Amino acid sequence: MPKELSTFSVLYRILARDIKVALRRQSDVMAVFFFFIIAASLFPLGSSADPKLLSAMAPSVLWVTALLSCMLSLSRMYSSDHADGTLEQMMLSNQPTVLVVLMKILAHWVLSGLPLVFVAPLIGLQFNLSSAELQLLAISLLMGTLTLSLIGSIGAALTLGVHGTGVLIAILVLPLYIPVLVFGAGAVNAVSIGMNPNGALSLLGTVLAMALVFAPLGSAAALKIALE
Amino acid sequence: MGFLASNYVLTAKNLCGVRGERLLFEKLNFELSNGSVLYLEGANGSGKTTLLRTLCGLSKPYAGAISWCNENISELAEEYSKYVLYIGHLPGIKEDLTALENLQFSLALSGEKFNFTEATEVLKLLDLAKGLNLPTRMLSQGQKRRVALARLWLQDLPLWVLDEPFTALDADATSLLKQKIEAFASAGGMVVMTTHQEVSIKVPKFEQLRLDA
Repeated sequence: MPKELSTFSVLYRILARDIKVALRRQSDVMAVFFFFIIAASLFPLGSSADPKLLSAMAPSVLWVTALLSCMLSLSRMYSSDHADGTLEQMMLSNQPTVLVVLMKILAHWVLSGLPLVFVAPLIGLQFNLSSAELQLLAISLLMGTLTLSLIGSIGAALTLGVHGTGVLIAILVLPLYIPVLVFGAGAVNAVSIGMNPNGALSLLGTVLAMALVFAPLGSAAALKIALE
Repeated sequence: MGFLASNYVLTAKNLCGVRGERLLFEKLNFELSNGSVLYLEGANGSGKTTLLRTLCGLSKPYAGAISWCNENISELAEEYSKYVLYIGHLPGIKEDLTALENLQFSLALSGEKFNFTEATEVLKLLDLAKGLNLPTRMLSQGQKRRVALARLWLQDLPLWVLDEPFTALDADATSLLKQKIEAFASAGGMVVMTTHQEVSIKVPKFEQLRLDA
């Protein structure tokens, strides 16, 4: 058989294509990024200028805003590929659908979750966070945003082809985001009050590991149903 | 054409298709071997697209089975996809990417290496030389269709499943495609296709199937 590309390079092409398409249509990626910056910056402006209050509410504010920004772009995860027929071509690729879906999820994370990991500590400065807290904020977001993309993928796949998916995805996915939020913001809060954050981080890692196993399977099954 | 040296058989047994609550076709039986061209006929809504999507494995048959070389395609899963080239109603090209980038990606999905010069030649043959560096968004409907169809010249897969391939094509492109299908079939390829245009494809193993009969 004249098959020449390895599984790895096929999967790499899928990831690279999504990123290339997104970079040509920058407004989508930028919208998520700026939504996060603006929404998170509104809290210090709207609350009293008490540094203690600010730093106390910072972990939850930043985490909730990150969660909402990740959710903003979920409805586009599969819908544009569905509309132009490239999704069905991907389902017909010679690689298992689960791996194809995993690449789509990774691309979503690189484009909408990963940038937040870098910008969140900068926003955290506005909230008077200490360097230890900023560091932990970045670590928890690094693990957390990937989990958000994984879980969100199930919602995006289930609502594919349905009109007005935005709100529906939120209703489906937000309850599943709760553990990520609790452990993610919990880890930063633990440092703030001088406790060891490892417990919360381990639990966050557990959620990530479970999502990594089950989310691609669930999404692949949902996509197959959507394309029937 | 490394693929076409081997013998392949695609068999449909007692195939039954349902869309929503409506029965589209039932008890369909046919067998395709190297060099066969199966031409599906039927009015709008008679289940041609459903049958094509079932044949390439996107939908599951409501009843009956499809087998590829005596193995059920639902068990073969992505193993079967290595043999099928499906071009559906939707062109399957990304409008933000250029024609070449789209083709490179299509080939990558079936694990095939992309040859830049060869692909450029094919696009020139299809009269797309001017739009090579434009995102496909800038191209006309018929030109997008040509980009999608360029895969037929570049990919080396033994079964083509084509849903209305002649739609939006002009006379030149139609005759190019017709010749390509004839050449492919005489080299041992299999084609299943639908079309509403009057296109006469002359191959020895030509079969017609009316779905609304």
